[in-house]
Amino acid sequence: MSTRNRLVVLFASLVAFAVLPIFLKTYGVYLMTLFCVYLMATMGLNLTVGYAGQMSLGQAAFFGIGAYHAAILLTLGWPFFVVLPIAAVACFAAGLALGFPALRVQHHYLAFATLGFNVLVYLVMRNEEKLTGGTFGIANIPRPSLVGFSLDKPLPFFYFTFAATILLALALWWLLRSPWGRAFAALRDNPIRAESLGVNITAYTLLAFAIGAACAGIGGVYFATLVNFVEPAPFHVTASLTMLLAVIVGGSGRFFGPMLGTVVVVLLPEWLRFMQNWYLAVFGFAVVALMIWLPGGLLSIPERFKAKGAAE
Amino acid sequence: MAEDRIIEFDKVVAGYSPSLTILNETTLDARRGEITMLIGPNGAGKSTVLKTLFGMLVPRQGEVRFEGKRVNGKSQRELLADGIAFVPQGRNLFGSLSVRHNLELGGITLPRGELPGRIEEALARFPRIRERIDNQASTMSGGEQKQLEISRALLLRPRVLLVDEPSIGLSPILVQDVFKLLRALADGGTTVLMVEQNVRTALNFADRALVLEMGRLALDRPASELLKDPDLNRLFLGGHAPAKRSAGG
Repeated sequence: MSTRNRLVVLFASLVAFAVLPIFLKTYGVYLMTLFCVYLMATMGLNLTVGYAGQMSLGQAAFFGIGAYHAAILLTLGWPFFVVLPIAAVACFAAGLALGFPALRVQHHYLAFATLGFNVLVYLVMRNEEKLTGGTFGIANIPRPSLVGFSLDKPLPFFYFTFAATILLALALWWLLRSPWGRAFAALRDNPIRAESLGVNITAYTLLAFAIGAACAGIGGVYFATLVNFVEPAPFHVTASLTMLLAVIVGGSGRFFGPMLGTVVVVLLPEWLRFMQNWYLAVFGFAVVALMIWLPGGLLSIPERFKAKGAAE
Repeated sequence: MAEDRIIEFDKVVAGYSPSLTILNETTLDARRGEITMLIGPNGAGKSTVLKTLFGMLVPRQGEVRFEGKRVNGKSQRELLADGIAFVPQGRNLFGSLSVRHNLELGGITLPRGELPGRIEEALARFPRIRERIDNQASTMSGGEQKQLEISRALLLRPRVLLVDEPSIGLSPILVQDVFKLLRALADGGTTVLMVEQNVRTALNFADRALVLEMGRLALDRPASELLKDPDLNRLFLGGHAPAKRSAGG
């Protein structure tokens, strides 16, 4: 597909995505907003895992850290646009800390190190009741207003979240198209080779985690204001696995991979609800089938056809 | 002349672990604007010299000097900034990235404003790479890939280029092209320190040959002399040329 055609498809998709909620009921708008929120976290995870090649099973922890920052500070009356950068910076710092194990271990060892971090954060959320409300959580998280315009209703809040998702996607696009973005790919492909060109392996490994974590933290702030209530369950290790699944199903290391992948993990189960008790079983089967036939993710389908055509 | 010595190893001891010493009080030097070849059997320490000089191994003893200054323990980034670049053995491109992106990575330590000019400079020198600029690097031929690796290393305008076995996997014609390119660089003032198994061909393009044995310098001769002398040829290059007849013979 030519660049022009790609831009046309992208623009049409964005317009369709923006128009669709007008025709949906409240739950449909909620799901589309939830998609945007998860997408912020999975785009960040795609940078860490897909572009920089650092395994992470702790993305939900950052999502939770962002959400709890929002829950605590917004209920204290802090303005949303002050809380948002604070949460992002806090997650960036936590991501830097989580990056340190990656300087020593890789692959499944790193996966377990990050998984351990997620469990630790989850336990803090559940047990530090004075700060986090424990299993009772924190309720009545206010939604922000924008230049005096209330974002309390589902549709305005959807557009607010959608705009933030696009801005975050543009920032990541710019980063990945820059020489720094190439350095992440070099780190993934061959760190020793990258170092011989002057790529600062330590800095880029830490940054891969920190930027990915900051994206999840931003997503967490929007999540808290979307559901108006946080408790530890959405930030369990299973959520990290779901986010990793979104990245891999869509196409790890491909810019639009998380978008398709997040559709699969957030929206597909809902679309399958007409199957009633069987819907999660069918979803599970679909994921297994996808991993077997499309290990490169949904975005590898055109390449599969091209390769098949060339072989014939 | 001492001032011509751009690289010096002074009784350097280095290896891959405390129990595996490869360089054994190695003393050698490379001179400015020359192609110096490192020759020797497997395990003699040829590649280890390059890796030690480029900061990939830290000497346990002795001193490595670049332009008279000690560089032991310097990071690869610092050495690149000092003017030393390294083209390691084998294929060293990032195959999933395009040719342009590979070049951009070569200039990652440069200020962003300078990068486009340096890439243009590299493309002017290698027109074949310009033709393939938007292709994926892994789709290039072996010779093109080696050209791209060298041009990427030259992006920082190094004063010393370290090249480890540039001829591996290349056809004889492409090998000649690579050696001609290195000769042109040396004639332009770049010092080249090269490890090469394809010794006879490479010596035709080199100025000087250093023969290593068991991590020590066994011989230091002009390249032409090593090629012509049948005794040296047989001893160090495994040649079959007849030995010089004795006076009485």
